[in-house]
Amino acid sequence: MTHEEIVQKLPYGPPFLFVDRITEVSQKHIKGEYMFKDTCDFYKGHFVNFPVTPGVILIECMMQIGLVSLGIYLLRDKNFDLKSTATVAVVEHQARFLKPVFPNENVTVVSDLEYFRFHKLKSQVKMLNAAGEVVCQGVFSGILKPGDAKS
Amino acid sequence: MNQEIYSKLKDIIKPYLPEDVNPESIEPQSHLVNDLNINSTHLVDIVLDVEDAFDITIEDDELNKMDTVAASIALIDEKLATR
Repeated sequence: MTHEEIVQKLPYGPPFLFVDRITEVSQKHIKGEYMFKDTCDFYKGHFVNFPVTPGVILIECMMQIGLVSLGIYLLRDKNFDLKSTATVAVVEHQARFLKPVFPNENVTVVSDLEYFRFHKLKSQVKMLNAAGEVVCQGVFSGILKPGDAKS
Repeated sequence: MNQEIYSKLKDIIKPYLPEDVNPESIEPQSHLVNDLNINSTHLVDIVLDVEDAFDITIEDDELNKMDTVAASIALIDEKLATR
């Protein structure tokens, strides 16, 4: 599976797709990038006169690259379509925010798999800014289940 | 029923109980999901903790065998015997 195929299989679309590209992937880790364009709607209100990327959006970006994209890769041999018959759900996250991310900043997300068993994927995820500084890190987990959407 | 497994299993389950479920209410016949209100993702955590605590491996298709406390003990017992 190519890096582009992983992004194409993601069940997100604008304005809620926070993955530009995947740059590395293996059975144990994934790395990807995203640029928060200054045209994003939420910058108008977060905050008024002081646009900063909301923490929840950073977490979403970390989940899309660190959990969902990695899960898509790990399940590459199973024929499934997250856009129709599969389930994706966040389970928990423990995140620590260290630095702000401003409009037009490029970030890199790195995720190291802890386990993917019984459809639950748990990973240590880090987001770094262009200077290589960690802006957010945490332990994230979610459910990724191919096949019938009912659990 | 193996009492040693029972007490170890209870200790594993306790941290995953919702706040409104009293740990004292765990009984052999308790259904993990229906009686103890453990959600399915915590069930995965319990299985992983069980694997570590007893040094056994539970296969993906065996998760549904662990529906009650007693059934889980039976599965653990079986795994320990064939280890």
